[in-house]
Amino acid sequence: MPNSNIKVSILQFPGTNCEYDTQHAFEELGAKTEIIWHKSESIPSDTNLLVVAGGFSYGDYLRSGAIARFSPVMKAVTEYANAGGKVLGICNGFQVLTEAGLLPGALKRNEHLHFLSKHHHLRVENNDNIFLEKLNNGDLVNIPIAHHDGNYFIDDAGLKDLKANKQILLTYTDENGAVKNPNGSVESIAGVCNKDKNVFGLMPHPERAMELILGSDDGIKMLQGFLKA
Amino acid sequence: MIKAIVNVSLKAGVLDSQGKAVHHALDSLHFSGVNDVRVGKQIILKLDTADKTKAMTDVTRMCEDLLANTVIEDYEIELV
Repeated sequence: MPNSNIKVSILQFPGTNCEYDTQHAFEELGAKTEIIWHKSESIPSDTNLLVVAGGFSYGDYLRSGAIARFSPVMKAVTEYANAGGKVLGICNGFQVLTEAGLLPGALKRNEHLHFLSKHHHLRVENNDNIFLEKLNNGDLVNIPIAHHDGNYFIDDAGLKDLKANKQILLTYTDENGAVKNPNGSVESIAGVCNKDKNVFGLMPHPERAMELILGSDDGIKMLQGFLKA
Repeated sequence: MIKAIVNVSLKAGVLDSQGKAVHHALDSLHFSGVNDVRVGKQIILKLDTADKTKAMTDVTRMCEDLLANTVIEDYEIELV
């Protein structure tokens, strides 16, 4: 297997429900995986990519991701990220990473207050990062979304920084690439990374887009970016 | 013992979708004269101190660290 030396560690909080999909997706791509319970105070030393998987965490009391951020494992996650380790937060994982201050901005309740669960097109905005380097800027991917609090907010100064540093990864569009904003996110933003481009977060679920028979396999190109030695 | 009442709401300028929905509902119930609705949350803490200055310092830190997300929310603290 070409990626058999790559180790993906996947965080599991009480309420996480996408950890096994994520595990399956990365194993299909040839990676080794391990699920890490949130009480763990360290992450495996051979980790090449740490995924904060989607679902819920601690009932998402107060705000989505607000309590999870204080889990024992999060200290290790922050140290791992600050040392340059690659971290990917999907959906609730994105919310946890913004709450932890590892990614800029915040996720608010969807503008029309509905839980959204459907396939949505996304446009690649910046591919000069490991996550999206297998795609071209302007490419469209079809990836499921499933969230209640996916309304990305950042203030004007923060937005300027995101643009200047090419930190906007993906935006929501229709199938022709025209802006189509499902949840009220600032500038239709679906995913961002940090300045150093080692921490990534997005609301859509690439791990659910691995099989054409299930609607799309566009997630493969996204997740593959992480799987080079 | 001091009771701290913390009100957390979205910052001015951050669209409050829930407030907007409540406003629409009030309109449809024919309650006229409502100019704006903001929905927030209230967190009530009972503190093991009688020192108001200490209470204010502690609760402010709690707000900054956990109770509010200052990227999108403001908080007000009332001690009683």
